[in-house]
Amino acid sequence: MSSSEFLSQFLFTLISAALLLTLIGAVKRVLLWSQGQSSTVHWRGLLQIPRRYLVDLHHVVARDKYMSNTHVATAGGFVLSAILIVLLYVFQLQLQLLTWALLGSSLLMFVGSIFVMIRRRNPPPNLSLGKWQRLPKSLMVFSLSFFILTLPATGILPSDTGGWLLALLLVIGIIWGIGEMFFGMTWGGPMKHAFAGALHLGLHRRQDRFGDGQSTGLKAIDLTANKLGVEKPVDFKWNQLLSFDACVECGRCENNCPAFAAGQPLNPKKLIQDMVIGMAGGDDAKFAGSPYPGIKVGTHKGGAIIPIVNILVESETLWSCTTCRACVEACPMMIEHVDAIVDMRRFETLEKGQTPGKGNEILENLSATDNPNGYAPNTRMNWAADQNLTVFGHNADKQEVTQADVLLWIGDAAFDMRNQRTLRAIIKLLRAANVDFAVLGDAECDSGDLARRLGDEANFQRLANSNIETMNQYNFNTIVTADPHAFHCLKNEYGELGGNYNVLHHTGFFAELVNQQKLKLDNSKELALTYHDPCYLGRYNGEYDAPRFLLESMGVKIKEMQRSKSTARCCGGGGGAPVTDIPGEQRIPDMRMADVTETKAEIVAVACPQCNLMLEGVVEPRPEVKDIAELMLDALIESTGEGVVADQVGGGS
Amino acid sequence: MSNDNLSVISLVSIGEHPTSRRPRRAEQDARAIELGLKLVGNNLQTLHAGQVSDDPRQQTALRSYLGMGLAEINLLEMPEQADAILVLAEHLKQQNSDIILTGVRAESGESSGMLPYLLAEQLGMAMVTSVTDILSVDEVNKQAEVLQALPRGQRRKLKVDLPFVASVDMAAALPRQSAFGPAMRGQFEATLGGIFADQESPLWQTTDAKKRPKRLKIVKAKTAADRFKAATAKASGGGGKVVHGVEESAQAILDLLVEEGLV
Repeated sequence: MSSSEFLSQFLFTLISAALLLTLIGAVKRVLLWSQGQSSTVHWRGLLQIPRRYLVDLHHVVARDKYMSNTHVATAGGFVLSAILIVLLYVFQLQLQLLTWALLGSSLLMFVGSIFVMIRRRNPPPNLSLGKWQRLPKSLMVFSLSFFILTLPATGILPSDTGGWLLALLLVIGIIWGIGEMFFGMTWGGPMKHAFAGALHLGLHRRQDRFGDGQSTGLKAIDLTANKLGVEKPVDFKWNQLLSFDACVECGRCENNCPAFAAGQPLNPKKLIQDMVIGMAGGDDAKFAGSPYPGIKVGTHKGGAIIPIVNILVESETLWSCTTCRACVEACPMMIEHVDAIVDMRRFETLEKGQTPGKGNEILENLSATDNPNGYAPNTRMNWAADQNLTVFGHNADKQEVTQADVLLWIGDAAFDMRNQRTLRAIIKLLRAANVDFAVLGDAECDSGDLARRLGDEANFQRLANSNIETMNQYNFNTIVTADPHAFHCLKNEYGELGGNYNVLHHTGFFAELVNQQKLKLDNSKELALTYHDPCYLGRYNGEYDAPRFLLESMGVKIKEMQRSKSTARCCGGGGGAPVTDIPGEQRIPDMRMADVTETKAEIVAVACPQCNLMLEGVVEPRPEVKDIAELMLDALIESTGEGVVADQVGGGS
Repeated sequence: MSNDNLSVISLVSIGEHPTSRRPRRAEQDARAIELGLKLVGNNLQTLHAGQVSDDPRQQTALRSYLGMGLAEINLLEMPEQADAILVLAEHLKQQNSDIILTGVRAESGESSGMLPYLLAEQLGMAMVTSVTDILSVDEVNKQAEVLQALPRGQRRKLKVDLPFVASVDMAAALPRQSAFGPAMRGQFEATLGGIFADQESPLWQTTDAKKRPKRLKIVKAKTAADRFKAATAKASGGGGKVVHGVEESAQAILDLLVEEGLV
């Protein structure tokens, strides 16, 4: 028997055995996921996997051009090679075309693996080491072995080249390569991401995210269930468990996480890996990436039916999150970190009653007074005593109305003197544009955003239902609000409870008015200005353009920060983070203000009351913080009574 | 502290939020439960005299005590007009409790603050007001060491013979957060209370409370630091002194009246 005959027979046995083991591993992995709670199975999503991989996933990967090209070569080469290997060596199709194709695909994969290797020579801190450092070598060995193996078959080299020595080397290389690429895929190796990732793309819990869609609202839970929220890994939905397995430990989430950067004990990547440990059982000693700041790796362990908090993950880790969604936006595998964090927070709050910091006080205030700081509900409109606002209601004596074009949602800015200035500006602008608007007055409650993100789903649903009941009594076309958190809740989270509205953020609404020339802005002022994207307007609702359009209509050339739009850094004010107040090494708003200062801007325009407070809380000297509505009011060209435009006419658009 | 054989009952009422007037977990009663849980853990019994209301908000308020980790609240059912003290006393006489915890004053209803006193009288027990902590219980000698709150943060340690009634002060340890899940799943164990009509209150005349005149605060401060001090400092009781002797006392009172321009 010649060495080539031996190789071909050996490969048949080896690859068949490897495929069988891979299949067994796959079944074991599926059983791990199936420990989770039931959730809709989106079978049709499975057909969409190739498209979602090539379009949606690569859209995210391509933010790093080097890596996306590398991945196309390596993954494309591998997938093709794997199919060809099975055809050639398992089904033993003796087609010359396939041999040539395998030669090409393994070469492609080899080229890709060189770039993986280069990147891993001095790996940046967001990349995991350990088994991930082994992967480029495995990729190389796999691709090179099959490349050399295929050469004689194509006739480029005579058969039996190299004799038994090369055959032995190839056997070793192929066992290593197949072991990593096939067996490792379902037995917990780095290639697990390909297997779990593909299924996760198909069976994703938020199918609406694909094809340029959006799905950012938290999902409601049944408050009569026997357990509220997630205590143990098995309490997650099965497709959430699957999603954790899809993680490639690329650390893009870590690079974007404001809490991690501030030295608070959260690293989204480690959190997802901890969930995998919880699901499969074990400890975190082998985790080879950055730890949670301030917490040593190797000190925690978990299991599928072992409670997570303070055994596998410290509660401070969960409560450091600002729910800014930067990690979710950055994740090429489309993992939903925020959903998982809020699920675990729900158990902490609803079952254990352990919301840290001022959480308890804030939630009690929301229960008793419908606003987080416990002001008397009947003082909600005190700020507008001089504004002569039209209020929705049924009392004709008080000139209350049941119908208006716009419902102006005030939000908790009503109780805050800084943000009342923004509200006053908005009202002046609405009046300047002759908008028919009314407010809910004292009947408005907090939107429930804060309660929900602190895990208090019961409080959220009560507040939301109360608001929906109030709003359903009146007729209006649009809700306009200056608070992106309320905007997000009303637009994306009330629907599940039966409240479907057309909601606009004030920047979106005003952009339309400026477009229609109903508001005229002076564009002659030269302002050194940058714009800070609020998470709940930008990443949560994809609104990056309207605020910029308004600023440009005022003649401003925005000095964009390096991290803007979808990668904008959070102000630190979301998700109840100021309430739970988990200590770190620095404050998130200070870091954001440093971003602002870097642009040499003198004013930072904001579009969210929370951002306003967080950024104004940074010690002086610092750039001035102004809401876009305030800037617009400064630039407003008011018509005189006869409709004659004031002499200083703004040109431009 | 292991007090396995100690019988502690905490009385709870439905509170009322001062600005929104919504029913809620009463602040002092919640502190009483916190104290009871610290003392005897799950052996703490909780008693509410009244009925489970149809009003969901009243029910939620009562349930929020369950959310502190109690398995059940004993409900002593009585009509709204009944005299709660007599109903409670009759029930508690059969319980052989060592310690009965209450708030200092209810947040709704008559809110007279008399309940712990009258209850102690009916039961023939000692009564300690404004307790912030129960430091230790000596079950052999039937004695407890309690910490009592006095004005301006002062504390007094007292030894009390068991059994006793203690009203828990706002200065006691903050109550733990009430969790929604356990609150919804906890049980009410209802028993029918005795029938004791309230003999007195129908004879009372009630009028709305009038706002008491309040002395205007004149801040003479010139600097920000002074204003800060004026805003944060508690009314200093520098003028307070103990005067002995009839002559001196009378003189002190007269001086004050003159100083205030009243004589």
